[in-house]
Amino acid sequence: MSAGWIERARRNAFGWGLVLPSLLFLGLFTYYPMLRTARLSLFEQDLATPKPLFVGLGNFAALLKDPVFLKVLGNNAWYAVGTVPASIALAFAMALFADKAVRGRTFARVAFFYPNMIPMIAVANIWLFLYTPHFGLLARLASWLSGQNVSLLGDPHTVLGAMIAMAIWKEAGYFMIFYLAAMQQIPKDLFEAASADGARKWTALRRITIPLTMPTTLFVAVIAMTNAFKLVDHLWIMTKGGPNHASSLLLYHIYETSFQFYDQGMAAAMTVAMIALLLLLSALQVFGWDRSIHYD
Amino acid sequence: MNNPVLTWGSSKRARRRSAVRRLRRALLTRGGWPSAAWHALMLAFGAIWLVPFAWVVRTAFQPSSEAAGSGGFGAWTSWTLANFAHVWEGAPFGRYYANTALITFGILIVQLLTVTLAAYAFARVRFAGRGMLFALFLAQIMVPPDALVFSNYQVLNQMGLLDTKIGIMLPYFASSFGVFLLRQAFRQLPYELEEAARMEGCSRLGIVARIYAPLCRPVYLSFAIVSVSFHWNDFLWPLIVANSDTNRPLTVGLALFAKSTESGAQWSYVCAATLLVAAPLLVGFLAFQRKFIDSFMHAGLKG
Repeated sequence: MSAGWIERARRNAFGWGLVLPSLLFLGLFTYYPMLRTARLSLFEQDLATPKPLFVGLGNFAALLKDPVFLKVLGNNAWYAVGTVPASIALAFAMALFADKAVRGRTFARVAFFYPNMIPMIAVANIWLFLYTPHFGLLARLASWLSGQNVSLLGDPHTVLGAMIAMAIWKEAGYFMIFYLAAMQQIPKDLFEAASADGARKWTALRRITIPLTMPTTLFVAVIAMTNAFKLVDHLWIMTKGGPNHASSLLLYHIYETSFQFYDQGMAAAMTVAMIALLLLLSALQVFGWDRSIHYD
Repeated sequence: MNNPVLTWGSSKRARRRSAVRRLRRALLTRGGWPSAAWHALMLAFGAIWLVPFAWVVRTAFQPSSEAAGSGGFGAWTSWTLANFAHVWEGAPFGRYYANTALITFGILIVQLLTVTLAAYAFARVRFAGRGMLFALFLAQIMVPPDALVFSNYQVLNQMGLLDTKIGIMLPYFASSFGVFLLRQAFRQLPYELEEAARMEGCSRLGIVARIYAPLCRPVYLSFAIVSVSFHWNDFLWPLIVANSDTNRPLTVGLALFAKSTESGAQWSYVCAATLLVAAPLLVGFLAFQRKFIDSFMHAGLKG
């Protein structure tokens, strides 16, 4: 009886000991900062009030009335709407091609995936170059199409679209690999049976490939939406969120608020809002996962 | 009918006809002309995807005087390495390289250790609070470090580690994602292996080091590829932590360099610098394309 107790205590100590190093770093840089931010979001702390002043939910109320914050949130929503469906559709087409193509299979995989190997900051340089008036390939194309000189990044109407094009270029190849994995798992005899029944390729695509990759679509959609909040590095190089906040995104705005305006309380409130959004998206993911992936 | 010229002519026609037929078959057997059009379309997409990078490569190797006038077009015959030399001397890229390598591999080495221990605990040790701890680890996957950059900055400030390389590395020393990845792999190994080793008098840590880790080498490689790619390209966190060239990694150095050059005449230098920063991972990817793609596939599916 007591021997069993000692044995169990030793096993507990061993288990916790193994987890401890990870737990220490997670605690310091995930759990503690989260709690600290949640607390700070309830205080007013900026250059005028160096000593934190408790304001309850005042920061959040102020956020809802702040036109810049609402503008940035709207930008982020458009950024997501612009990138998510387009990059998913492209990723699906790419995977369909790279999965079955007789020739050009490796070429397709490399050509579509390589943007993910380039740092976002370098991607920003590349696309800034493409968009530079008079010089850039895309700037010239746009000028030629519209018949006048355009500055795609300088115009509030086109700047977000220009960012979306870049994001699609970067992301589609990443999502392609998940579709590739899903398509490889579809039993081949399903297609054989379908073609024996005289089903056309189009029908097989509609009845077999698309439904069976549905869990992947959900999974990819969640990652894509999360990335719409995370991918902001390019703003430092390309626009600084301008002109007139037309291209600013949430994480970038938090950075500005925190490190340029030193408004810690508001920055914390926005961080809380962002984490809540991301958790909501992850909840969707867990929801979808339960049906599509089973652990042993 | 025995005219040799005529037979020669008809056989030529027949040969031509069979060649056309063969070409047709190659293009069309997999679904007729829609399939051929589909191939052409997707290959064109692939080509379009390569254009931005190809253009940057071209500009990087073009004499800067020429690039200023033509913006990448113009004479395709003149190539130079002068831009790279200029960039290498214009900013401490050598130092940035060393910093990035140190940070990236420093993180990886510590991660391999913490991740292995925790993964083994979650896979094979039954201890009180395991389920609760596991859920706590899950939370970290849901809240990406990017969202906590500003809060982590405060913590680092309290620790007095701003503007240090260890400060840049510290938040990444634990990886829930790695723990999950390895836990799955460890659980798939037969338990009999461990029992047999224990009969032989091997300690549990010895078992992890001598049985579990070596048998899961492919999983470690996948994790390493994803981790290195992520930290090599990371920008926001090192940007706010590092304040001096002694600690800045490549990405931050590149951003500073790109901002210090404003005029179009200097695009050749920016392109050269961009290539310098992106090259190591790109070369690795081109060389081990399949392994890289597989790693990211597993990372996404299990992380």
